[in-house]
Amino acid sequence: MASNSPVTVYVPRDSAARSVGADAVADALRQAAAGRDRPVEVVRNGSRGMLWLEPLVEVATPAGRVGYGPVAPSDVEGLLSAGLLDGGDHPLRRGVVDELPWLARQKRVTFARIGITDPLSTDDYLCHGGLAGLRRALELPRAEVIAEVTESGLRGRGGAGFPAGVKWKTVSECSDELKFVCCNADEGDSGTFADRMVMEGDPFMLIEGMTIAAHAVGAREGYVYIRSEYPDAVATMRAAIDIARGNNWLGERILGSDLTFDLHIRVGAGAYICGEETSMLESLEGKRGMVRSKPPIPALEGLFGKPTVVNNVLTLATVPVIMARGAKAYQELGVQRSRGTQVFQLGGNIARGGIVETAFGVTLRELVEDYGGGTLSGRPVRTVQVGGPLGAYLPASMFDLPMDYEAFAEAGAMLGHGGVVVFDDTVDMAAQARFAMEFCAAESCGKCTPCRVGSVRGVEVIDRIVAGEDRDGNLALLEDLCELMTDGSLCAMGGLTPMPVRSAITHFSDDFLARDAHAAARTARTSGARTEDTA
Amino acid sequence: MSDVPVRAAISAIVAAHRGQRGALLPILHAIQSELGHVPQECVAQLADELNLSRADVHGVVSFYHDFRREPAGRTTVRICRAEACQALGADALVACARDRVGLAPGETAADGSVTVEQVFCLGNCALGPSIQVNDALHGRVSVDRLRSILDEAVSP
Ligand SMILES: Cc1cc2nc3c(=O)[nH]c(=O)nc-3n(C[C@H](O)[C@H](O)[C@H](O)COP(=O)(O)O)c2cc1C
Ligand code: SF4
Ligand code: FES
Repeated sequence: MASNSPVTVYVPRDSAARSVGADAVADALRQAAAGRDRPVEVVRNGSRGMLWLEPLVEVATPAGRVGYGPVAPSDVEGLLSAGLLDGGDHPLRRGVVDELPWLARQKRVTFARIGITDPLSTDDYLCHGGLAGLRRALELPRAEVIAEVTESGLRGRGGAGFPAGVKWKTVSECSDELKFVCCNADEGDSGTFADRMVMEGDPFMLIEGMTIAAHAVGAREGYVYIRSEYPDAVATMRAAIDIARGNNWLGERILGSDLTFDLHIRVGAGAYICGEETSMLESLEGKRGMVRSKPPIPALEGLFGKPTVVNNVLTLATVPVIMARGAKAYQELGVQRSRGTQVFQLGGNIARGGIVETAFGVTLRELVEDYGGGTLSGRPVRTVQVGGPLGAYLPASMFDLPMDYEAFAEAGAMLGHGGVVVFDDTVDMAAQARFAMEFCAAESCGKCTPCRVGSVRGVEVIDRIVAGEDRDGNLALLEDLCELMTDGSLCAMGGLTPMPVRSAITHFSDDFLARDAHAAARTARTSGARTEDTA
Repeated sequence: MSDVPVRAAISAIVAAHRGQRGALLPILHAIQSELGHVPQECVAQLADELNLSRADVHGVVSFYHDFRREPAGRTTVRICRAEACQALGADALVACARDRVGLAPGETAADGSVTVEQVFCLGNCALGPSIQVNDALHGRVSVDRLRSILDEAVSP
């Protein structure tokens, strides 16, 4: 190998990687390499989403990018001595990353570039297929762009699964001068981090998707509403927008077309409800994030009363590749009415947590057991919550359910934003049910009574059940309350909070009814010797 | 801090953001990042300068969890208490903060050294339990690790 061209070493800049020391590893590498004769260039790439291996250091070799992980700063000297720069052997060596079964088995479409490129390099973006979708879209009449998105079967990834093309068509048919494209990057669900990884790992893809949407519906302005809990995503998106403007990927007459579109970042202020689209619009207008009653739908009267596309990050980020490769290629993936891929996010008590992008129809068992490798604690999996804090807790007996919007709805559950949170057998399901109510009480916008008051009552009733006060009577009362919240709430915050509560009661009734015996067993499990873990 | 510089600072922030649509949230964020909190006396001034009612401004400040009325400690430790972190022992971290520095979520130490807060999800759910120390995210945080972070914050 030519000794003077620098060896490229990749250390992710994704905030999950940084949360376990990627910055220190990058510093250690630069320092240690400076004292040796081989020049090294450290690139801060996105994350491959194999989060249990972070910080995952990759080295470009003639055989491909060889990965080492998880790397601590103190490993760096040893790695270099073991021939890291030539892909040398070491206990942390994982092999050629693209060939690792965990990654190779996935179907990376939206996440195709993430972890491979430097997120803010325009060269990298263009070399890896960036802008192909936008260029094609700009050559097509608006109606054809919308038809393509509709035919792809792309449904909103933010939770409700509404067809993206249908929403766009409604906005495009409005004759208003002023229209908006708003990206919902509030990602408040526990267990979800794909939106964050898109913004930190491939921000131009989101910008490109929003620009295609603007062209399709005739909008000149867009907003990305990012939660304040994501300072790194905010910084990366701001930097990316500046770079995009400088390259005429945003602004006037984009890429020489007659499209003019500009984008702004807005930062939330710590309110879960602002992920609900109408509440997000209120917040963007500078108001309290109170849910609006529909109709009118935002497509007709959205931001400042103007026709507005509101889509999730993943929805918009998937549009460029659909435009680049055509609707059919995307539509061929998936099952039934759930087409294409979903970016599942594995979190909680799981051995191999991270991003699994695969076609819809994969089972929960494959995600949790095959990809996830079971729990991190090594104890049996007791339950998995799918779809965020408003999603159901599912028992192991339901793990063969295919991940598909309709199949989940039929089973009394929901896919939501694709978050999968694993719990081992030490979990107390009455505590989880209580938390669901507590969370709703804390995050309710307060507009309607079933949610605002019902959630507070819910906490109290569960407390009485846990304390052993008339358990049957109070469970009946709780069921009543759940029914009222489901039927009487204005939005899905109050309307879906009963889902985790009811599923906990249905599938884990011992934690409520036979509580004392069960709690004793749990305590024994938590503190005692590990007896039979493989049950 | 006397009133005059605060008034001037707020006026400057309003002037810088006035051109934006729906500018109140960006203005409140800017005030908090400059002054460390959103002081009560800025409500009337904002209402005045933005042509809103005081109730409107107050309503917005109080609706969002982020805006604080009192300055925070020199170090803010935010512990994630959402489900994925619960599954890995977030409660033990909350208990650790209580035992070590005597603070429950939402409280600031009397000497102004540290504020402990709860947060619902930091987007690091595969590497929990997670905390944020000022703006820095930390994953796989053990009780020991949190204890040393708190000790450092209290006795710098
Ligand atoms: C309580 C609540 C919270 C929500 N949070 C989010 C969120 O954080 N991100 C998101 O994209 N959608 C969220 N949604 C769904 C949005 O209201 C909306 O359906 C979505 O942003 C539309 O985009 P999509 O069609 O691309 O999914 C939430 C809905 C509710 C009821
Ligand atoms: S259900 Fe809850 S969050 Fe939704 S509108 Fe009613 S009070 Fe607001
Ligand atoms: S649940 Fe704690 S970081 Fe997501």
